[in-house]
Amino acid sequence: MIKQIVSIAAINLKNIPQRWASSLVIVIGLAGVVAVFSALLAMSAGFASTLESTGSKDTALIMRGGSQAELNSALLRDDVTLVKLAPGIRKGADGKPLVSAELIVITELLRKGDTKNGANVTLRGVEPDAFVLRPRLHIVEGRNFKPGLRELIVGRGVIRQFGGAELGKTIRMRGSEWTVVGIFESGDSHESELWTDAEVAQSTFNRRSYSSVLAALDNPGSIAQLKAALKADPRLNTDVQTEQDYFSNQTKQFRKTIGVLAGVVTVIMALGAIFAALNTMYAAVSARSKEIATLRAIGFGGFAVLVSVMIEAVVLSLVGGAIGAAAAYLLFNGISLSTLGQNFTQVVFAFKVTPQLVVTGLVIAMVVGFIGGLLPAIRAARMRVTDALRAG
Amino acid sequence: MTKTGFIIANLFRKKTRTSLTLLSVIMAFLLFGLLQAVNVMFNAGADFIGATRVMTQARVSFTQALPMSMLPKIEGVPGVARVAPMQWFGGVWHDTDQLIVFAVDPQRQHDAYPEWVMPESQWKAFANTRTGMVVGRLIADQYHWKIGQKIPIASNIYPQKNGSKAWAFDLVGIYDGKDENWQKATNGIFIQKDYFDEANQFGINGRTNFFAIRLADSAQAQKVCKTIDAMFENSPDETKTQTEKDFNVGFVKQIGDIGLMVRWILFAVFFTLLLVVGNTMAQSVRERVPELAVLKTLGFSDGSVLGFVLVETFTLCAIGGLLGLGLATLIGIGVQKSAGGQLPLSVDWHVWTAGAIAIVLLSLAVGLLPALRASRLKIVDALAGR
Repeated sequence: MIKQIVSIAAINLKNIPQRWASSLVIVIGLAGVVAVFSALLAMSAGFASTLESTGSKDTALIMRGGSQAELNSALLRDDVTLVKLAPGIRKGADGKPLVSAELIVITELLRKGDTKNGANVTLRGVEPDAFVLRPRLHIVEGRNFKPGLRELIVGRGVIRQFGGAELGKTIRMRGSEWTVVGIFESGDSHESELWTDAEVAQSTFNRRSYSSVLAALDNPGSIAQLKAALKADPRLNTDVQTEQDYFSNQTKQFRKTIGVLAGVVTVIMALGAIFAALNTMYAAVSARSKEIATLRAIGFGGFAVLVSVMIEAVVLSLVGGAIGAAAAYLLFNGISLSTLGQNFTQVVFAFKVTPQLVVTGLVIAMVVGFIGGLLPAIRAARMRVTDALRAG
Repeated sequence: MTKTGFIIANLFRKKTRTSLTLLSVIMAFLLFGLLQAVNVMFNAGADFIGATRVMTQARVSFTQALPMSMLPKIEGVPGVARVAPMQWFGGVWHDTDQLIVFAVDPQRQHDAYPEWVMPESQWKAFANTRTGMVVGRLIADQYHWKIGQKIPIASNIYPQKNGSKAWAFDLVGIYDGKDENWQKATNGIFIQKDYFDEANQFGINGRTNFFAIRLADSAQAQKVCKTIDAMFENSPDETKTQTEKDFNVGFVKQIGDIGLMVRWILFAVFFTLLLVVGNTMAQSVRERVPELAVLKTLGFSDGSVLGFVLVETFTLCAIGGLLGLGLATLIGIGVQKSAGGQLPLSVDWHVWTAGAIAIVLLSLAVGLLPALRASRLKIVDALAGR
């Protein structure tokens, strides 16, 4: 039986070049489906990986209760002082708590190629410990800002997507000039931000408050201790979570939106591809009806014919799927784009065509090929040998 | 047999093939319709807004509030008819749904936005109720809110004096849009700015995120923008003033490269479709070569053979396309019913126009080659099966 299947399938596959035009329909149809599927989900994967790599498990992010995002949160100076003294926070080398009170404000930069509409970009005012708390961040060009001066360091992602923030440029904000003195890389969402000294940001933007406090934890378990201590203090109303939780929560909405979009688009396109595959395979079977009947007449089984037709459909689909995944990889992987994040500012990220996505795409291709091949295969197997031999 | 009958008969000679091709065309146009609707939502969403208003925000970003002391200065600029302050509230319903809530001056809002239509008595009630709130029709329908109800809305930014972020407002009016386009934009909520200023804990009274400025003469828009921005240059509160349309476009553009992505998908779908349908058409012409030769022998001209094939393709694409777009329209209506103002997806005449063009282009692209081949057929060769 297996021998029969192999030999018929081999014959079928070998003469595909003779009817490449109609086989191409399956290949291209599936390439389209898998390319669109992979590209969409690569966007979602890239966004998620950028945000999720931002947070660490052993730092806590403290905001005003019910704020949802740093942008909406405001902690007054007194609140910040109380928070910094709470238990569960690790001490730095100098014996003081390792914390950074930070202020988020939004500024506008022009997207490259746009001259009119500014895109929102986060300006983060930080305290010196911010750099200890984020060990992956390092300056790659220029130098760090000097506290007390209107100097900025700019993330690599900002440079990629927006104009006017290159090293040495000045940016005007609220009637004052700021100089870009350095460019940093961190491999996470901070790369979409401008950083400066917290107090300079406060005075320029006329704020007396901070947006959040980032604190190193004694150990990953201390989050509960810190939470309980801050909750017990009647003077404070705060939300405490690990930095990692904060950032992975932010990806949920985006993942959901893209997931729904990708789902709908893929299902509809896959249905179209199934109809196309059915068409092709019916045509292939009817063109070969004489040949199939001959095989049956000399003793090949109906099941062997059925399986061989299915194999042809699935192989063509897989080839198409592989081409689609490769196209998505070549066209999109690593390409940088940006969208609105939780703080209503741009998060710069890159498409990420992961191996897992490629595998899922190929599975989809296989399923489509299977369904598209099934009905024609049954027809081929059920064909009445005498009729088919006499026809045409 | 008439020519029409001939074409129909040809179309249905292979029922399985025709119906399968038709189904893939339907799927493609269903997708085309939905994606095009998303595209329209991102790009042309601001087309209906006239040039009667300009918006002033802080130059650095609209999240930086401007002082209310600017208002009389702006109102003094020649060409300005009315200035309405709008302060973002950060409204949240049931911890999950973000609401578009602005604290406004009721009378000024009424004057600056004649596009919002509401009975005078309700405008009056809004002005006279400190804790009053008016909502757009879309929002009222979505959450089944009725006038007279007290609606609890939280703010994710501003606590009240007692520290609680759970606010509540009396619903005193529901506004409509003056036409279909404005009706689709009735997804906002207005509360009283006076009350908000007084009741919020941060005491950020006397500030606002935007000034919506109604112009006396829309031809003056650019001049007014320049005058206002020049007035506050080099102050800590530098402004950026732009037409309402540019302002809205800027907002939508923040969402980033999604529009581009949609265009890529459309392209991929179309390319795929082109090959699928094109191939089927080519195949059916190939199979009919001897018959076409007979037609020619009977005296049909090259031109009419070309016509037969083209019309056949067009019929297939048009039936599939129209069914697909129809299906997309139905789904669009369904989405709008369930998601309300959150996702104003509508498969409207913009989409249908684009769809019609796509149908014509598609039938030409896939029909022309087989049709030309059919018309150039040499009778002798074709009959001989060469």
